[in-house]
Amino acid sequence: MEAAHADHNAHGHDDHAHHPSGIMRWLTTTNHKDIGTLYLWFSFSMFMVGGVMALIIRAELFQPGLQFVHPDFFNQMTTLHGLIMVFGAIMPAFVGFANWQIPMMIGAPDMAFPRLNLWSFWLLPPAASLLVVSLFVPGGAAGAGWTLYAPLTVQMGPGMDLTIFAVHILGMSSILGSINIITTILNLRAPGMGMMKMPLFVWTWLITAYLLIAVMPVLAAAVTMTLTDRHFGTHFFNPAGGGDPVLYQHIFWFFGHPEVYVIAIPAFGVVSQVIPAFSRKPLFGYASMVYATASIAILSFIVWAHHMYTVGMPVAAQLFFMYATTLIAVPTGVKVFNWVATMWRGSLTFETPMLFACGFLFLFTLGGFTGLILSIVPVDIQMHDTYYVVAHFHYVMVAGALFSAFAGIYFWLPKWTGKMYNETLGKLHFWLSFIFFNVTFFVQHFLGMAGMPRRIPDYALQFTDLNQISSIGAFGFGLSQLLFLYVVVKTITSGEKAPHRPWEGADTLDWTHLPTPAPYHSFATPPIVK
Amino acid sequence: MIGKWMQVCALTAMAGLGSATALAQSKYNFQPPQSAVAQEIYDLHMIVLWICVIIFVGVFGVMLYSIVRHRKSVGHQAAHFHENTTVEILWTVIPLIVLLAMMFPATKALLAMRDTSAPAMTVKVTGYQWKWSYEYLQGEGDGIRFFSSLSTPRDQIEKSAPKGPNYLLEVDNPLVVPVGRKVRILTTAQDVIHSWWVPALGVKQDANPGFIKDTWFKADREGTFRGQCVELCGKEHGFMPVVVEVVSPEKYAAWVAEQKKKSAAAGDAGGGVVDGKAVYEKSCQACHATGVAAAPKYGDKAAWALRLKQGQDTLYAHALKGIRGMPPKGGAPDLPDAQIKAAVDYLVAAAK
Repeated sequence: MEAAHADHNAHGHDDHAHHPSGIMRWLTTTNHKDIGTLYLWFSFSMFMVGGVMALIIRAELFQPGLQFVHPDFFNQMTTLHGLIMVFGAIMPAFVGFANWQIPMMIGAPDMAFPRLNLWSFWLLPPAASLLVVSLFVPGGAAGAGWTLYAPLTVQMGPGMDLTIFAVHILGMSSILGSINIITTILNLRAPGMGMMKMPLFVWTWLITAYLLIAVMPVLAAAVTMTLTDRHFGTHFFNPAGGGDPVLYQHIFWFFGHPEVYVIAIPAFGVVSQVIPAFSRKPLFGYASMVYATASIAILSFIVWAHHMYTVGMPVAAQLFFMYATTLIAVPTGVKVFNWVATMWRGSLTFETPMLFACGFLFLFTLGGFTGLILSIVPVDIQMHDTYYVVAHFHYVMVAGALFSAFAGIYFWLPKWTGKMYNETLGKLHFWLSFIFFNVTFFVQHFLGMAGMPRRIPDYALQFTDLNQISSIGAFGFGLSQLLFLYVVVKTITSGEKAPHRPWEGADTLDWTHLPTPAPYHSFATPPIVK
Repeated sequence: MIGKWMQVCALTAMAGLGSATALAQSKYNFQPPQSAVAQEIYDLHMIVLWICVIIFVGVFGVMLYSIVRHRKSVGHQAAHFHENTTVEILWTVIPLIVLLAMMFPATKALLAMRDTSAPAMTVKVTGYQWKWSYEYLQGEGDGIRFFSSLSTPRDQIEKSAPKGPNYLLEVDNPLVVPVGRKVRILTTAQDVIHSWWVPALGVKQDANPGFIKDTWFKADREGTFRGQCVELCGKEHGFMPVVVEVVSPEKYAAWVAEQKKKSAAAGDAGGGVVDGKAVYEKSCQACHATGVAAAPKYGDKAAWALRLKQGQDTLYAHALKGIRGMPPKGGAPDLPDAQIKAAVDYLVAAAK
């Protein structure tokens, strides 16, 4: 407390923001906190857009037969839902956390390249607009699935080109953001903060940023080849001209598998801050957490073809990718064991951030186990491209990444706004999300095993009842998120004043060395870390 | 928390069981296996699933105990330990051993699945947007070839006509094979990637255009086994089922004889009568009735105006060779050129 006040007084003149007000503040800001806020609101609005698309999908699947949408539009919905949720909602949410938290956690005054930061954010809205506008061009949006497999993409109308440009711009944004994050972490740490003293959230982002720089150009290459196949007479993926459609899949998944960890690793970081804070106990096995995260990142480059077990690879390749994939279970297991060991013999309380972190731990692990089951080639051949896979990746993407993002929002909202959210409503949001999530997705495991393929607008009669349960769950889950919006807006507009350190166990620099709410400019003079 | 989760599962299970009678076996697990490979997959999955369940219960048992007993509200004081090398090595090495143990049955099953040698017969399966074709290449019945498309009436799909028991899983011409014989399947595709799947037989193989991949199955029992295309292949992806009819060797011989007689009767009639309207309805309207893939719609004068200016020969050439979203011959490569031209004439007449 005292340290915080000392700091507050020493830099009193910085605490009052000198910045334009109104709309110009948000258009021209280079402040890491403002840009973090922009990222988070952008992410939430994309979450709503992608969510509406999910509900259109689930409405159509409520019963067999075609009721609401044309099959072609259905494909556009599944495609855009995936692209918007991955690139528009989940990734920007964690970049938002990175912007807000990394400078404050390492004692830096801002990101290393504030204007680059502004540019990386403002690339996102045009990219998202391209995706949404593609719905209204002749032929509609791309309907090839978020994986954009060739040669189906070559058949699509101009909506496909807009999607390709959107992916280019999103990739650029990610690369620029990653350069900024790496430079910030490597150069702007406060004196005394060695690498192995950084909060785990910072470590996970450092590793994620390297992953992004490695794989985003690969995705750009894949979609560029698609673009030239479509318009400039190349035949990368066209067998008639000597190309190979499976080549696309190799390139895509060389990006796509590390991408899974681009989403999951920062989520691990958030949870690794939240669990110790509410266990009132240091994170168990800090060093092994860092090594496990790095191992996962490295292994993620040699497992891509486990998404392609049915393309007809040589059996030796299938064996290699099966062995490599199951290896990932080892460092992932280490992380789960460490989190549980952190809780073990702690002094636990269950405010909303901790509830979401426990929900994450429980459901992400369930998704991890279905991932292990899917890594076994013979079993995967039966389950590939069925609803089992849909259930699996929603357990890791929604109950994993999204729950972790909710945990982060509730955890840091008091620090950011100086106001406390309504605990009762926060807990209600958690329980509604937790229950409806499972209603939606648990049954999809059964649908997949019983033989329902993914990406179909209509299905055989034996799948009816489970689809109805899933659709009801989806609408419940979607509506529950309006409660989240209400809680956040209410906190910002009329929340009670937050205590300086609402969470007893939170011990990073942002909590120990800065007042609450965090001033507009923090750490103009770096703190000394002992 | 776990309690709630169990509750959800129980509710789910109860809701599901309400209507599960004949399908009870397959509702919460794989379909009943009908071949040795499918049985092996089924057993392998059960082993891995139970290992996962045991670890899950162990890990979350510890977490649950902690949640109940180590709460601040029951007065528990936080301990301060934060590492333990022995424990950390143990929980790295033990999972590694468990995984290695799992790899043995998995490898064995995979090697068996991929062994396509010495088949009794070979059938080439070609995926089209949106139907399958089967060509018997080797073994009893070689030379037989036919298309297999969805036979569920459109009224059941788009309107409220009562749906039949095999809704969306029925075709006009199923693949017929004899029981107990090893059937090698070669897959390829005409346009985009499809994937041929029969869950009960434990066989799934992508059909990639320009390449031939193989897989195999040997059905243990007679019966009709149903599956679907499982690789997104465009608008009608959900409407290209796979149906395999497994029959006794005698019945199979009779079926082969009948097929041969039919094709002899058809002789070299080639494409038969040239009928633009019929070709349109069979091969063009999937796109041209709805405007999928930016196709100009049937009767849409504005969309056709520019195209008509290019002249009839250009339109013929585009239809035959394909253009932009349209595959050569609209994805019906077996049709003679005259039939395609007749379909173009039919479309053009409606747009004038």
